[in-house]
Amino acid sequence: MMNKTNKYEVRMKSLLFSSFLLASFFAILSCTDDEKQIVANFQDLVMSDEFNTDGALDPTIWNHEIGTGVNGWGNNELQYYTDRQENVVVQNGILIITAKEEDFNGSSYTSARITTKGLFEQAYGRFEARIKLPYGQGIWPAFWLLGSDCDQVGWPQCGEIDIMEFRGQEPTTIHGTVHGPGYSAVGGITKSYTLENDRFDTGFHVFGIEWTPEYINYYVDDVLYNQITPADVTGEWVFNKPFYIIINLAVGGTFVGSPNSETTYPQNMLVDYVRVYKNN
Amino acid sequence: MKTLKKIYSKVYLFLGIILVTAMSCERGLSDEVEFATYPTTPEIFSDGFVGGLDYFPFSGSFAEAFSVGTEVTYSGSASMRFDIPVFGVGYGGATFPSTGPRDLSEYDALTFWAKASQGADINEIGFGINGDTNNKFQVTMQNLPLTTQWRKYVIAIPDASKLTEEKGMFWYAEGAASATEEGGYTFWIDELKFEKLGTIAQPKPSILGGVDVNQQTFTDSNIVLDGLTQTFNLGSGANQTVSIAPSYFTFTSSNVDVAQVSELGVVSVVGSGTATITASIAGVAASGSLTLESSGALATAPVPTLPAADVISIFSNAYTDVPIDFFNANWGGSTTQTTDVQSNGDDIKYYTTNNFVGIGFENPTIDASSMTHLHLDIYTDDIISGNFEIQIRDRGANGVIDSDGNGNPTVDDRDLRFNVTALPQGQWTSVDIPLTGGLATQKNNLALLVFVGGVPNFYIDNVYFYR
Repeated sequence: MMNKTNKYEVRMKSLLFSSFLLASFFAILSCTDDEKQIVANFQDLVMSDEFNTDGALDPTIWNHEIGTGVNGWGNNELQYYTDRQENVVVQNGILIITAKEEDFNGSSYTSARITTKGLFEQAYGRFEARIKLPYGQGIWPAFWLLGSDCDQVGWPQCGEIDIMEFRGQEPTTIHGTVHGPGYSAVGGITKSYTLENDRFDTGFHVFGIEWTPEYINYYVDDVLYNQITPADVTGEWVFNKPFYIIINLAVGGTFVGSPNSETTYPQNMLVDYVRVYKNN
Repeated sequence: MKTLKKIYSKVYLFLGIILVTAMSCERGLSDEVEFATYPTTPEIFSDGFVGGLDYFPFSGSFAEAFSVGTEVTYSGSASMRFDIPVFGVGYGGATFPSTGPRDLSEYDALTFWAKASQGADINEIGFGINGDTNNKFQVTMQNLPLTTQWRKYVIAIPDASKLTEEKGMFWYAEGAASATEEGGYTFWIDELKFEKLGTIAQPKPSILGGVDVNQQTFTDSNIVLDGLTQTFNLGSGANQTVSIAPSYFTFTSSNVDVAQVSELGVVSVVGSGTATITASIAGVAASGSLTLESSGALATAPVPTLPAADVISIFSNAYTDVPIDFFNANWGGSTTQTTDVQSNGDDIKYYTTNNFVGIGFENPTIDASSMTHLHLDIYTDDIISGNFEIQIRDRGANGVIDSDGNGNPTVDDRDLRFNVTALPQGQWTSVDIPLTGGLATQKNNLALLVFVGGVPNFYIDNVYFYR
């Protein structure tokens, strides 16, 4: 009887031990340093511009906004936006938006601001761009979305999703924000993301959001750095209707402050692609 | 017997295999060979020196300025402590070379934490002072502002690929140059090391302070390129400019038949014509350039004819010169460079970018009691602007030069100030200055000639007192 019991115990122990070994083996296999966080799930591409045609932008996707808007586009920005190729052009697979220091129609700087208003608007989904940013005091590039009903209901009621905003004098940090009624301008719901051993003006980085009725996820490269839900906003959640894309490079303005003598020109924002996927 | 044969043949076969194998073993480099390099140790001081370091105070400095302190540290048990003496006692300055060279090519900055017992600016601080290489890769940050709180400082490496074999880990120089400047305080440095921050970018190197300089010149002239800097944008968003040794640059002459430039940024004019000198660091073009228009050999200066007995010569091939301390006093605020040029075998002094410069002779002073004039020959291609003033200073009997804050003589000093109003371009002009005015009754302890303003670039020859 003793022998049988012992055999049984030993067999159990060795079985447990083998299981432990096997489990450890799989655990080690699955926990490698190469494992990256999955930051984006939506894979059904509905719109993209890879900027593969040299010259002017595709007019079926992009509009150009011209001039200084109202009060420097509402932000006391200093530049005059044009559609000239000096300020916005596609070359060698890259969209180049250039801020220049030059006297033009009463402004001291020129640059460009492009939108998909009336051409591509979508509610929810994944909006992503791969961009190499400029740098310097007072330089303010942005990749963002506006509610398509801004002309009807005004801002901030129409809502604004800032996928990426950047202050050129802080070359390692970008900001992701939503603005809406009750949480606009400096009251926007925002979070920043800072690179530890890198900066945004020395190479391309991917900036994107995944947006569903329940949340907006913000990511940079392979890092999910923020999620905003209806519970996080201090007002009405207005992100339940179509929005359009804006990409621009501003000089000066309330968000970034004015450029100074250290700022060098021209400053270039390089966009490799813009891709939009549907929410599913 | 059969068995024995089999054994022998097996042995022969075995030996044969060994032989073939041995012959085919070539001693070549395999793909895994790594060439020996120097250690890449980045730390210099943490709680003590790391990786073998020496301490070499600069000559004339207050050697006790540096110590390892344990009371005020940023982290850990010890820090580097620097006690800067009050004005008049001395200055603190030293280099800390590693005992053996290190490979720093993978890093992008020297970093450290620092604070001081009062707000203070460290005159000069950096790395790359290395007696073995004549400071080949020296980097100097000027006027580093310290506060009374620990702050992290970054000194960017101009081009790390040059630092594969560097011993100059860290150096500093700080002292009070006058009674009004800070002295008699302490600063501390901790966690001193090289790092790869990854946040340093947008290099903008510069020569000649970023200025495109145009200069007339002659063959056999030598011009040392100065104003050598590298500027980076740091992760903080601030720009940082450091002064750097010429060896970080690659220099180029657009016409080597007119001018050539050495690795140390010394330009030699070898022919007539036009040449532009430019530079770059790691493929990035430096702002600033030097465009030389060489007219060939310099026109010959006049040859003096006065008898030697009637002359006290400061600088002339026609006479024996008295002992001269210096042809350029290198006073603070002076931008003047002085080089020796030869033209047809005649020695000439070439002054460039002059604002004010002194020629000194106090060992001994010159007794010009029996002399009536100062003579000099001057050549310039510049147009005279404002006053070109030549000052002659007598230091009096007290044995020292006495000046007020504006450079005027005080105590027992006297001087004569002569304005040269006409200096035609492109030819030698003889200037003869009577020793009158302030020197009329006192000219037996002449100690100094000063050139102020007028033309920034000129040649002088045949400088002598005579009667």
